Amino acid sequence: MSGHSTVERHGPSPSPASPPALPASPSPAPSASAPSSAPGRRRGGRLSRLLGSSVVQGVLILVALVWITPLAGLLLSSLRSEQDNATDGWWTALTDPSQLSLDNYSALLRDSGIGAAFWNTVLISVPTTVLVVVIAALAGYAFAWLEFPGRDAVFLVVVGLLVVPVQIGLLPVAKLFGAVGLFGTVAGVVLFHVAYGLPFAIFLLRNYFAEIPREMLEAARMDGGSEWRIFSRLVLPLGRPAIASLAIFQFLWVWNDMLVALLFADNGSQPLTVALQSQMRQFGSNIGVLAPGAFLSLVVPLVVFFAFQRHFVQGVMAGSVK
Amino acid sequence: MADTVTAHPSTGRPAADGRRRAQRRKRRLAVVFVLPALLLLGALVVYPVLFSFGRSLFDADGDRFVGAANYAAIVQDPATLKAIRNSAIWVVVAPTLLTGLGLLLAVLTEKVRWATAFKLVLFLPMAVSFLAAGIIFRLAYEQDPDRGVLNAAVVGVHDGFDDAAAYPTARAREGHGLTGAAGGPYSTASTVRPGGSLSLGFIGVAPDAMPAGAKAAAADAAADAPGTDAIGGVVYLDFAPGGAGTPGRVDPGEKGLPGMTVEAVRDGRVTATATTADDGTFRFTGLDDGAYTVRLPAANFEAPYQGVNWLGPALVTPAIIGAYLWVWTGFSMVLIGAGLAAIPRDALEAARMDGATEGQIFRKITVPLLAPVLTVVFVTLVINVMKVFDLVWIIAPGPVQEEANVLATRMWLVSFGGGNDQGLGSALSMVLLLLVVPAMIFNVRRFRRSGA
Repeated sequence: MSGHSTVERHGPSPSPASPPALPASPSPAPSASAPSSAPGRRRGGRLSRLLGSSVVQGVLILVALVWITPLAGLLLSSLRSEQDNATDGWWTALTDPSQLSLDNYSALLRDSGIGAAFWNTVLISVPTTVLVVVIAALAGYAFAWLEFPGRDAVFLVVVGLLVVPVQIGLLPVAKLFGAVGLFGTVAGVVLFHVAYGLPFAIFLLRNYFAEIPREMLEAARMDGGSEWRIFSRLVLPLGRPAIASLAIFQFLWVWNDMLVALLFADNGSQPLTVALQSQMRQFGSNIGVLAPGAFLSLVVPLVVFFAFQRHFVQGVMAGSVK
Repeated sequence: MADTVTAHPSTGRPAADGRRRAQRRKRRLAVVFVLPALLLLGALVVYPVLFSFGRSLFDADGDRFVGAANYAAIVQDPATLKAIRNSAIWVVVAPTLLTGLGLLLAVLTEKVRWATAFKLVLFLPMAVSFLAAGIIFRLAYEQDPDRGVLNAAVVGVHDGFDDAAAYPTARAREGHGLTGAAGGPYSTASTVRPGGSLSLGFIGVAPDAMPAGAKAAAADAAADAPGTDAIGGVVYLDFAPGGAGTPGRVDPGEKGLPGMTVEAVRDGRVTATATTADDGTFRFTGLDDGAYTVRLPAANFEAPYQGVNWLGPALVTPAIIGAYLWVWTGFSMVLIGAGLAAIPRDALEAARMDGATEGQIFRKITVPLLAPVLTVVFVTLVINVMKVFDLVWIIAPGPVQEEANVLATRMWLVSFGGGNDQGLGSALSMVLLLLVVPAMIFNVRRFRRSGA
């Protein structure tokens, strides 16, 4: 598996997880040409293969359509009026595009606190991502290259903490935050996310940093570089691919979270996901808020997805062990 | 690395001193580097695990030690048992289907040139939050086939096999030639011979329930002589807007009832079947001479098929698993696809040269070589499925929440959602932790191996 990472090879060897990338990346995709390279001699001949391949194409097109349809349904529903959504399905808009308008979105952003919730989502996910990356990079470097007593034992404990599901932290941390006045604040939500993002982040970065060739670090130390300087000028730049994947994974994880914020945020600090789930009780009559709200919450992840495809896939693949 | 410093033997002592000082400084620096992480982990992860374990040994209010009573309660409380049963279904069904589906699609995409675009489409839902996925599928699972796309498709397919229009509210105008109870079937009171014709009047169809294509009933259809081997006629709505017209007769403005199934019956056997046209007319041809009864079977008056109640108590868990498949299939497909690309081409080519079929190659070579990747995908999915919360929370409508609960949602409800039994809630969260541990150990081991 490890041969398929498309992480840039200048510097450390592939990221520990070496998750596969979509072949959209520069590496040529061998898949398309390989199966057809040994044709001619086989029984069955060209025609049946052609037929077989068009059946496969048909099946895959159908599957792709099935996958796109729910998203298209959300988008079109979000652009239709409450009454239209109550009387018939979004697909009628395909033949009658006059149903579509941005009214739901402008109404959404004008009131109902959705705009504030969107802003809260940003306020929660950006600092969380920065903090996780910074704290984990520092710790990862220390675990990989600095000597201190009990280093390996402590790292093993950190790896063990990977197993802890967030559910276990909910009640105790709620009590803790209640005692120190962090309950219901953006800062509380951020701290919780950072803590539960750290084990995986440290694990990932330590393993990545550990593969930096020892000679490079020795050379830097010989040149009189301080540890701090080596960390910021050498290790961080070399670790960029892993850091990018981690940052994207962490950002999406927090952006899309509902459970943690459901408990730790109050009405003033709730992110978009929590604001929307409170409208679920009257699902039928709230489609005019829920559909555009859900789509709004999707826009940022989708942009990240299309802009950073390779790191996105690697981040998600690596993060899936969580 | 220590020996790099001793490269200056002439300045021995001061160098050793400096080295020790540097060592101490480095150690301090190391502590500074790891301290923020360790503080946060200690306070917000390690302490909560210990706290939860302790708390799970106390009662709901937390002031009475009850030992393992909360753990015993887990297997006695019916609602919690149901959640455990559902979690078991999830853990068995979802990873199995996802791994199978991912394998199938990974193999298929190897054969097409636009594999990248396809993978992109299937991976897209991984960017979508479970909340948004939940809203997307609440929309798709809507029961009313006019609003929920899934039931629209189901009803469309169903009606494709059985396309007769249905008039559940229609009933025959009494005393005008038809006998039968509401809901059908209706038969003509008297017999008719080939060459004859009929006009069969119905009432009770609201204007907005009429099929869009219905045309004005052919008033002269009854008078038209249909030929000596045929029986013709018209089925119509014996009611014109405004209430004008004579009962039992086709008046101007009255519409035909299209799509009705009409049967010609002789001696108790159906000898011919016809369907009414847009103007309500029908015709049986090629009939032998004899006395026929014309019958409208009950199917004409059945309520239309309404599709599947996806979010009802029986199907809610499979329905939510379906939404989960939508999110995660791309993940398993891409991971398995990468494993597939790593299989040496020579092995496959050699098998092909020896005349192995694609099916044999798949079973005997591809799957065994892929086994490690398939295991990783499966285990990863088990971990994630075990913790599923948002999707169940969002998709299951209030009244069937109980039927759909899994461990994580049950734990939430017990601890915070009105249950307010933090002892039992803590016990549930400990169970969740224990269930995830083996799978996690497996994955971390493999993760470290591949990193080494």
